[in-house]
Amino acid sequence: MADVHVREPGPEDPALVAAAIRPMQRPDRRFWIVAGVAAGFAIVGTIAYAIQLGTGLSVTGYNDRAFWATYEATLVTFIGFSYGGALVSAILRLAGAPWRGRVSRIAEGTALATLLVGALFPIIHLGRPDRLLEIIYRPNFESPIVWDMYAIFTYILATLALFGLPLIADLAIAGDHASVTGRRRRIYRRLSFGWRGLPIQRRSLERALTIVAILIVPLAVVVHTVLSYAFSLTSRPGWHSTIFGPYFVIGAVYSGVAIVIVTSLVYRHAYGLRDWIDDRVIRNLGYVLVALGVAYGYATFTEITTAGYVGEAADANILYSLILTDYAPAFWAFVAFGLVLPVIVMLVPRLRTDVGIGLASACVIVAMLAKRFLIIVPPELQPLIGIDRATYTPSPVELAIVAGGVGGIVLILMVIFRLVPVLSINEIHELEGGGQASAVVAPTLADGVSA
Amino acid sequence: MMGPMPNHPVLPVPQVPDPAILARLEAGLGRSLTRREVLRLAAVTAAIFATGTALDLVPMLHRVTASDLPAIGPGGAAKGSTAAADHQWAFIIDLRRCDGCGDCTRGCQDMHYLAPEQEWIRVYDMTDSSGAAFHLPVLCQMCEQAPCVQVCPVAATYHLGDGSVVVDQSVCIGCRMCMAACPYGVRTFNWKAGPPVPASEASNDPLFQKPQRLGTVGKCDSCVHETREGRLPACVTSCSMLAIYSGDFVTDIATNGRETVGLSQFLHDNDVYRLKEELGTETRVYYVAGHGQHVNV
Repeated sequence: MADVHVREPGPEDPALVAAAIRPMQRPDRRFWIVAGVAAGFAIVGTIAYAIQLGTGLSVTGYNDRAFWATYEATLVTFIGFSYGGALVSAILRLAGAPWRGRVSRIAEGTALATLLVGALFPIIHLGRPDRLLEIIYRPNFESPIVWDMYAIFTYILATLALFGLPLIADLAIAGDHASVTGRRRRIYRRLSFGWRGLPIQRRSLERALTIVAILIVPLAVVVHTVLSYAFSLTSRPGWHSTIFGPYFVIGAVYSGVAIVIVTSLVYRHAYGLRDWIDDRVIRNLGYVLVALGVAYGYATFTEITTAGYVGEAADANILYSLILTDYAPAFWAFVAFGLVLPVIVMLVPRLRTDVGIGLASACVIVAMLAKRFLIIVPPELQPLIGIDRATYTPSPVELAIVAGGVGGIVLILMVIFRLVPVLSINEIHELEGGGQASAVVAPTLADGVSA
Repeated sequence: MMGPMPNHPVLPVPQVPDPAILARLEAGLGRSLTRREVLRLAAVTAAIFATGTALDLVPMLHRVTASDLPAIGPGGAAKGSTAAADHQWAFIIDLRRCDGCGDCTRGCQDMHYLAPEQEWIRVYDMTDSSGAAFHLPVLCQMCEQAPCVQVCPVAATYHLGDGSVVVDQSVCIGCRMCMAACPYGVRTFNWKAGPPVPASEASNDPLFQKPQRLGTVGKCDSCVHETREGRLPACVTSCSMLAIYSGDFVTDIATNGRETVGLSQFLHDNDVYRLKEELGTETRVYYVAGHGQHVNV
């Protein structure tokens, strides 16, 4: 068999390579249990969607007043999650943060998984998904929905580039590893397009990644701004707000960093990657999280203050339902767990552990889903004319589809890191010279799967 | 700084682009356009139209129709360009007469085969500033600057030249963006398919969709299917209080089926108001207050 392999044995730290491809080895029982549960969720969600397709949107709790709710909140949240990838990988690249390499693959993979599932929700929410392509055949370019479609589609392409380009080098390295054999080895070498780590190749890759990083930041801003326009470009009190664009963008990056932290911690514990995804990296991500959380809290505060101080009737009613009556428990839980808790965790040294930061990040993830719901639902329940308030309760079908989406994200993540190295081997090598494992603690065999 | 342009003679050019547009451009520039500029403009216009036609940008063309609508106000006849249609429909609702019985809603539902929960004209129970009850029937307000038309991603909802806004349920993708955009809450979603319609009555004409199609948005079509045939809208004919008038700015008359009035004179004499005037939607449904209600509801 012709061997296309021309790469010299890599200069990368063998311990790094071994750690990075550990999740690619034969999976253990824990893997199958988690994958089974995630697949179960995904299947339940798929069945629920089949029911919705067969019956129509009457299987939801939606009505003529609450015409957008859980699906739209999930859409914004899931696509927002993908911003973690854009931030950690692209912004930190442009900012030159040297520690980013240790979580950039996880960030990029998480971005891809959440975006692929998130991009399903604009379809799930349609009354006539069979006519989806009409948006392409007869677009009204004045419509924010058309802008959304183009923005999300472009963003998927950019995220694929951000995920795929660094793999050229890493698949070459992985393909060389003794544990990767047979067809898998051949595929990896084919996909690495003759990467040998030559200086000219490194320069080209670096330049390409910088271009993608520069492109993806404004693109990410555009995508979430345009998503917010579906709400703010209406005359509805509570939605018609100039802050919505930046508010949505900050919220997206905030929740995105939270999900990168959680994913990093899960992989670190499951595969004994503590030497690489070390405490310092998690702590740095925690600081980024808090900075974004404070920005998000500021935006929340200023939005409420401008509406509440003047107290126009419609704004005041929405605010009442949000901070004092119907939705007050959810809102204040969001404030406590989604805004205050991360700050406390990062301020108090004793709490600044992986458990503390992980819990805070998990809280942020849930709180931000709730917050998107609170942005969308309370304003539309207020009457446009007259005084009758509407109500909305999510139906089991809606909840099942959202759970299916969560399961889908987990499943796609697990597949991604079965197929590609969980650490950016080449990037770590380039950023940190010899790529030495940080001397924190010796790898504990107890919490890792031996290679 | 450039000096004043040399005074080129304005040469006769073909009627492309529209002389009215040229006149406006010239007014803006403060000078006449040169022959070269006019030709260039014509070429660009032609290229845009050719591309638009080639790409089948139907919605763009709809928009042109919509924005060409004459601006019409209580003052009376159409200002500016000639009427785009034989009629320019409007409604007047005399709140002094409305007793909130809901006959208009039922008449509309019978006409359009709607489910009981689908109210294309909804009668809101309101309270005026003195605490007394009054009733406010709200149907499609026929906005000349219609937010729903603007936001529809597939241009399934559009203006007819006569002021009506209709939905093509053969195209609507059910995204509900129009429901978000409508300031008057007059749009209903077909969460379920509409009640069955006798086969001889069924129609997928956007001007008279029967039955309502699952997963699409429906709304008051201003009974354009009736008015085009010389009949009155269902809400007008079913109102036993004679509170709803159908009006036409072209002929300048309005009628509730019993009484016929001069439209512009009636609007002027009765201190009519429009809902959410401040939004600039330029609606064509005029309300006659009579009991000291809030004008802003």
